[in-house]
Amino acid sequence: MSTAGPKAHYSLVIIGAGPAGLAAAAAAAGHGLDIALLDEQRAPGGQIYRAIESIPAERARLLGSEYRRGEDLVGAIRNSDVEYFPDTQIWSLNREREIGLVHGRSAAMISADQVVLAGGAIERPVPYPGWTLPGVMNAGAGQILLKAQGIVPANGVVLAGSGALLLLLAWQYMRAGVQIKALLDCTPMHNHLRALPYLPRALLARHYLLKGLQYKLDLKRAGISTLQNVSDMQADGEQRVESVSYRHRGRQHTIKTDLLLTHFGVIPHIQLSQAAGCRHYWDKSQQCWRPQVDEWGNSSVNGILIAGDGVGIGGARTAEHAGRLTALEAVRALGRVSQHERDRLARNDRKWMREEQHIRPFLEAFFHLPGKLLAAPADDTVVCRCEEVTAGAIRKAISEGHDDSNQVKFLTRCGMGPCQGRQCAESVTHIVAGATGKSLPEVGLFRVRPPITPLTLEQLGSLFPDETE
Amino acid sequence: MKTDTLIIGGGLMGCSTALQLAKRGARCVILDKDSPGRHASGVNAGGLRRLNRHPAEIPLSVASAEMWHDIESLVDNDCDTRFPGQIRVAENREDMQKLQERAAMVRDLGYAHEEIIEREALYQLVPALTPDCEGALICRDDGYGRPFHALNAFRRKACSLGVECHSATRVDQIDRARKEWRVITPKGEYRAPVLVNCAGAWAGPIAATLGEPVPLKAGAPMLMISERLPRFIEPVIGAASRKLSFKQMQNGTLLIGGAHMAELDFKQQLTEMNWAKLAVSARTVLALFPQLKDARIVRTWAGIEAFMPDHLPVISRSSTSAHAYHAFGFSAHGFQMSPVVGKILSQLILDDQTNLPIEPFDIRRFQKDR
Repeated sequence: MSTAGPKAHYSLVIIGAGPAGLAAAAAAAGHGLDIALLDEQRAPGGQIYRAIESIPAERARLLGSEYRRGEDLVGAIRNSDVEYFPDTQIWSLNREREIGLVHGRSAAMISADQVVLAGGAIERPVPYPGWTLPGVMNAGAGQILLKAQGIVPANGVVLAGSGALLLLLAWQYMRAGVQIKALLDCTPMHNHLRALPYLPRALLARHYLLKGLQYKLDLKRAGISTLQNVSDMQADGEQRVESVSYRHRGRQHTIKTDLLLTHFGVIPHIQLSQAAGCRHYWDKSQQCWRPQVDEWGNSSVNGILIAGDGVGIGGARTAEHAGRLTALEAVRALGRVSQHERDRLARNDRKWMREEQHIRPFLEAFFHLPGKLLAAPADDTVVCRCEEVTAGAIRKAISEGHDDSNQVKFLTRCGMGPCQGRQCAESVTHIVAGATGKSLPEVGLFRVRPPITPLTLEQLGSLFPDETE
Repeated sequence: MKTDTLIIGGGLMGCSTALQLAKRGARCVILDKDSPGRHASGVNAGGLRRLNRHPAEIPLSVASAEMWHDIESLVDNDCDTRFPGQIRVAENREDMQKLQERAAMVRDLGYAHEEIIEREALYQLVPALTPDCEGALICRDDGYGRPFHALNAFRRKACSLGVECHSATRVDQIDRARKEWRVITPKGEYRAPVLVNCAGAWAGPIAATLGEPVPLKAGAPMLMISERLPRFIEPVIGAASRKLSFKQMQNGTLLIGGAHMAELDFKQQLTEMNWAKLAVSARTVLALFPQLKDARIVRTWAGIEAFMPDHLPVISRSSTSAHAYHAFGFSAHGFQMSPVVGKILSQLILDDQTNLPIEPFDIRRFQKDR
């Protein structure tokens, strides 16, 4: 929309143009506020509605009906006075709500009276033997290629892991005619029992359950069977992945493939909320760190609100409702609606959001990952792919007395690469906790060291041109 | 518990002192409120620099350099040290003159480690440098190490000689009775006849407790580091009229400092980057190495450090007690001095004298009625 960069100041900045950010922007528009919507992607929609404006109808159809929902969300922004900036990376956010960004190639530092973080989730990185081999990718990456470019695996694919996305991608691939060599479900069998107590409530949102069952049925009809309760999965190969081996029903199996897509659920993307100094806590049920927010999305830092999967995994529809609720709260904080008016406008979203949440405890229990998978990678398994640090090197540091995440980082360089620990922070916390008997909150996460995304010297040098030594 | 010497602060100064004491058979215990090397000691720029030291620091720095060059014999580990030289670049004639005067001053003090090099020699050593610089001041066997590794090496060696290092042990109260210091912490009470204050940015209240307050200010100098780049430079680079410390580390990353300060919430131990000052730092680097414009910065940080008004440390006997000692306030250039400081303190404690001139670092210099 805009080729010039963002202005130096806005009353409201929304970061992320997925369902939460789009809904927040639409709800905040029309109140006479100066609003910017910043997003790192080239087009709005987030991961879930990626390429929603440009996708050919045929491809959209095979992604399923839920995908089309993004059209209205994006349309509402396109027809509003919200300034939307795609291709914008956020590399810094602090408690004064100063936002460091790179738009196109240019760096800028802007500020806002209120900030809504709607950065969504990332796929949970789980290190297993061979996960860094070329030809091994996240299922999410496979789905991005399908949505954005219509690229699908030419020589077939092995799908493995645990989580709803795995099933969805298998179903979408099946419809796109991709050969699925195997669907290895690493969800432990006893999770059925774990999830059972939550089933009655989940039945209140039975459309989700029915959809899942439909996907399974469709896959079965197409001759693709899911192997349940798979364990000890690993990728093997010299230069790249050549085969995947795993245990199933007490026996070892190997399957040849040049592509393995894995998925172990999603977790909130918290680097920006961490950078801003927001308080976070460990959620046992979701097995992830979450920023602490109140019912309106207010974080522990004044003027910074968080909505959507960045708060905790709730799915696209919950994200929409939460986006609108935080927007209403920001609009109230900026004096554009009264508290009473905010409450009135929020009523439906609050109700719908409660309904959406019926399914979550069941899903969380059903897809609960075994501790062994999270905390016990073998010593020769790489944990930090940027700096190539193995689980063994981490355990050695711990045994030498470096018993928190940050000391492990200092000593091993684990988490010091360009991804800023996004890929290994969780694993390190688990490994340290496992080795020391400390709790995860005691072990803690890496301290954030901005920039969150790399910044060139030229970009950094272009900031604050009047500042001198 | 009881010991011979209680050292408050498990940074490099504390660990170095403990190591030297232990080598001579004295028992000591280190108390650290966090974990060893959590602040300045673990996250500083790692410069091993005699170049451009304050004249008062030169004798200590020179003695310390000798220890660094043979650091393996002291701590059984090379601390990832490299000695490719440190260089202070003159970008114009004025700079060059300033550096020549400096070199002459150091020579007159009887030291030969700092020398002027002309243009040609400079570009031989640093071909990547922007053209048109005039020359430089060089200290050929200065270098750098990796601070957290050095800290661990010192600490481990000390512990192997019997030193006890108690982490997460905050000092709440200090008093003296019956010829013993009593230090109270949440983890219990510690007693020893001798007390050493190596508490870095947190040393002020301890000095005040001993009745000798100091004008210490905590600060957090910012550093930034790039992704790994192909090797293109060996020596550490500074500039005569700019705030800069620039080196390519062993693994190819560029470490950039310039003594620009982060915003510091001392109480919470939180630092906030000052991007305006980091932008200045980036411009400084690009002025000297314009080819680095696309090098990506991946991380910035700031360690909390003690600064004195005259930028000289306190390395001193207590002025109020015959059984207490101080080493703090190194004002962001203490890493190189740490081996010799440990040696000096151990000599003061065990021999009641040292062969190095420490009068300029006496704590009494801040006492008005002196």
